[in-house]
Amino acid sequence: MADVGSIQQAKLVLLGDMGAGKSSLVLRFVKGQFFDYQESTIGAAFLTKTIPEKGVKFEIWDTAGQERYHSLAPMYYRGAAAAVVVFDITNAESFAKAKNWVKELQRQGNPNMIMALAGNKADLAAQRAVTTEDAKAYADENSLFFWETSAKTNVNVAEVFHDIAERLPRASAAPQPPVGGITLTETVPERTKKSACCS
Amino acid sequence: MDESYDAIVLGTGLKECVLSGLLSVDGLKVLHIDRNNYYGGESASLSLQQLFERFRPGQQPPKSLGPSRDYNVDMVPKFIMNSGELVRVLVHTDVTKYLEFKGVDGSFVQNKGRVEKVPATDYEALRSPLLGLFEKRRMRSFLLFVQEYDETNPKTHKGYDLRRMPMAALYKEYGLDPMTVDFIGHAIALHRDDGYMGEPALSTVKKIRLYYDSLMRFEGTSSPYIYPLYGLGELPQAFARLSAVYGGTYMLSKPDAQVAYENGVAVGVTADGETAKAKLVVGDPSYFPDKVQKTSRVVRAACILSHPIPNTNNSASAQIILPQKQVNRRSDIYVFSCSASHNVVPKDKWLAFVSTTVETSNPEAELAPGLALLGPIDEKFVDVVDVYDPLESGQRDKCFISKGYDATSHFETTVEDILEIYTRITGKVLDLSSKDVSQAAQ
Repeated sequence: MADVGSIQQAKLVLLGDMGAGKSSLVLRFVKGQFFDYQESTIGAAFLTKTIPEKGVKFEIWDTAGQERYHSLAPMYYRGAAAAVVVFDITNAESFAKAKNWVKELQRQGNPNMIMALAGNKADLAAQRAVTTEDAKAYADENSLFFWETSAKTNVNVAEVFHDIAERLPRASAAPQPPVGGITLTETVPERTKKSACCS
Repeated sequence: MDESYDAIVLGTGLKECVLSGLLSVDGLKVLHIDRNNYYGGESASLSLQQLFERFRPGQQPPKSLGPSRDYNVDMVPKFIMNSGELVRVLVHTDVTKYLEFKGVDGSFVQNKGRVEKVPATDYEALRSPLLGLFEKRRMRSFLLFVQEYDETNPKTHKGYDLRRMPMAALYKEYGLDPMTVDFIGHAIALHRDDGYMGEPALSTVKKIRLYYDSLMRFEGTSSPYIYPLYGLGELPQAFARLSAVYGGTYMLSKPDAQVAYENGVAVGVTADGETAKAKLVVGDPSYFPDKVQKTSRVVRAACILSHPIPNTNNSASAQIILPQKQVNRRSDIYVFSCSASHNVVPKDKWLAFVSTTVETSNPEAELAPGLALLGPIDEKFVDVVDVYDPLESGQRDKCFISKGYDATSHFETTVEDILEIYTRITGKVLDLSSKDVSQAAQ
């Protein structure tokens, strides 16, 4: 556990087929909301959520629809400490796509990335097309940890993120923010007015 | 892709991605297509593998260079002026949350065959060997005038009308010698050639101000420049993400993407045998070969080194300007370097870029004075690029075409072009002082 008061930032990316429920999972986790007809992600593809008891602040990146034609930029994966690959348990195709995303992560992501597999829409068990056993077996083979979730009924959503927070390497082992980084802000910092050279 | 859009954007270079982002934020339905399988077009940053594929097809990078993915080699090397227009656009659109920046360590100028630091503080200026004692005084009073000059306050004009007075005449008023003029015009105002001398002084005065404002903008920086971690290729990706967040659709790997015309007016884009309709098409010159003219050529060499550039105080990142007069040319030669401190190469490697506007039929040879400053070079990749301008404004044919990337060392002309195209498309002037974009993004 991190020391009290020290909060570690961690970039977390979501991956998965359109309609698997990536945004719904995040909205449930971050804002406690669920909408039956969640629009395709617009305007809110960058959310943050702190889990104080784990000492972690997640910077959560949603795909913003760029997964649709496989046009996610390298920037998306860069520096990500964790990834949640989401599929829809009522849709076998979305499970197949999830496997592709895992491959993509293994290729593009950092090798120490924590990866979770989330079988979402667990509330629709009657229409299940992917068995828990199959998904679990696949997750074990690829060192992912697996949860079946429901953003709608709020089952296991917080658990996925808490589980990730638990497994993140502690601050000393995690990638450090750059030394000498500059934050671009609107206002010019107040400085004693110094004149140009030669004065 | 058989759908209708407000705008289709071709090419994911920086200019196109900024426009795509701005138009999406304005609520336009945007489709953005690239023929390549990567983001960035002409302004991409390439991995080592991509670099070899492009310049030495069939060859594998030597193992000694380290992992391919640790490399982000800019195809259009530039630095970002701290107080320049690009920073204003980055802040206005709030894409800064996707990016990390670090200062560039040093800004240098070649003078009489030696590399000297461009003074960043009073103390450095006093010690700088660039100017003699009396010349320092003359330059000081010139710079005081520039700093105090306020367009709206005639008292600060000292009787000069800078909107008419040529820059050469203003220099003369302060009795500056040609060496100082060369230094101010090229290492501070960052003019590429001496064409500005006959033009009204106001624009050069503003450029000098921009340099000093940039030096003072961020705490603890020793040059007027910043540069993003992982290379400039991050910029188009960040703006593409902005566009996507506001509903923009992205398709890469469409090698046959072509503008579809009806009666000479663009009506959409065809790719993979399907046509997406649009009210207008935006793109870089390579997608409109019949609608652009060549204006200049730029030669660039990207070099991999195993050491920092000599005589730059072991700077992890630096710029060296070789003013035209110092190298008997009409246009300046620029040298840039960055390293692992900006995550563009593995540890213990450096990237150095040498570039200039082509003046002869042997472009590579023109880079020699810049290359000579680098010391031993492990690998060198030379690119000669034609720079195109659009023939028309786009009003008639609904083709809004960006200009190619010129040889300037920074992004001021790049952003100028973007903002002009934005105005031609929307009829609006982008208000960079407002930050409403970020409010909407919450």
